[in-house]
Amino acid sequence: MSAQGTSGRGSGPAVRRGPKFAVIRFPGSNCDQDALHVIRNVLGRPAEYVWHRERDLQGFDVVVLPGGFSYGDYLRTGAVARFAPIMDAVRAHAERGKPVLGICNGFQILCEAHLLPGALVRNTSCRFLCKYVSLRVENADTPFTCAYSEGQVLRIPIAHGEGRYVCDEATLQELEAQRRVLFRYVNARGELTPESNPNGSMGSIAGVANARFNVLGMMPHPERASEKILGSADGRGVFESLVLSAVAVA
Amino acid sequence: MTQVRVVVTLKPSLLDAQGRVVQDALHSLGYTEVGRVRIGKYLELDLNEEANGDVAARVREMCERLLANPVIEDYHFEVIS
Repeated sequence: MSAQGTSGRGSGPAVRRGPKFAVIRFPGSNCDQDALHVIRNVLGRPAEYVWHRERDLQGFDVVVLPGGFSYGDYLRTGAVARFAPIMDAVRAHAERGKPVLGICNGFQILCEAHLLPGALVRNTSCRFLCKYVSLRVENADTPFTCAYSEGQVLRIPIAHGEGRYVCDEATLQELEAQRRVLFRYVNARGELTPESNPNGSMGSIAGVANARFNVLGMMPHPERASEKILGSADGRGVFESLVLSAVAVA
Repeated sequence: MTQVRVVVTLKPSLLDAQGRVVQDALHSLGYTEVGRVRIGKYLELDLNEEANGDVAARVREMCERLLANPVIEDYHFEVIS
């Protein structure tokens, strides 16, 4: 599915109106340019970088915390970034019910900031994993997944050393009961197998939302899989969903 | 000068992937008596002359807020004067 045409002004590279995206840059972010490129040049929607020292996110509809190694991953992934000046504004943005998307290191930061439950620890293999994985869309009724259909299998790359999602048993049950697991690692046929879980995550969880479904953290990189010419466009739906849901609200 | 020594470890319920690698390596060196190995972090905090009053309460706060992630880690510390 595509968000093309929702503006009624046809497709094309010209920047259309629509939700304005903020891509937060921390020292050590390295997927910020990819995210901005996809939003601006693939989706044709407005997007700006916001430096971590800033304190204001006024005028932005969607906040993206990109992948990377913020503050060198010192102490724990996301542990220092969580206290960056911009994070108060990110928290306020989330509290207003507006969407926040954390990708990879962004997911780790959101967990450290307690905007999402659980934490991400070292992969069971102890290896940094950089490869395509298959993901199953577990809930397509959210602002991050509405351009997909439930059960759809996506091919999106991961690139992380600390991507093993863990939480306590009660939290896991709550996440499952509330359908807050939006993406799970599966095999190419969409089946949940031990081999298809690359990092040892509980419940093969690849992406998880908060209770209001306006904050999502995911380890795979949809911004690296948003153009066919780069190998896969399966990740584009995450950004298209955000545009579609913003249009629906407006 | 007051020094605080903090040790942070993964909660026992969580698999310590690095610890398991070290355990396997010790076994392959013949140290078969070694059971589970856990790897943690050791931090030394030198406190300056401002440190008075309830040092332990301040350090506990530092641990809860930054030095450890209570979701996945345990910590303990000792204050050495």
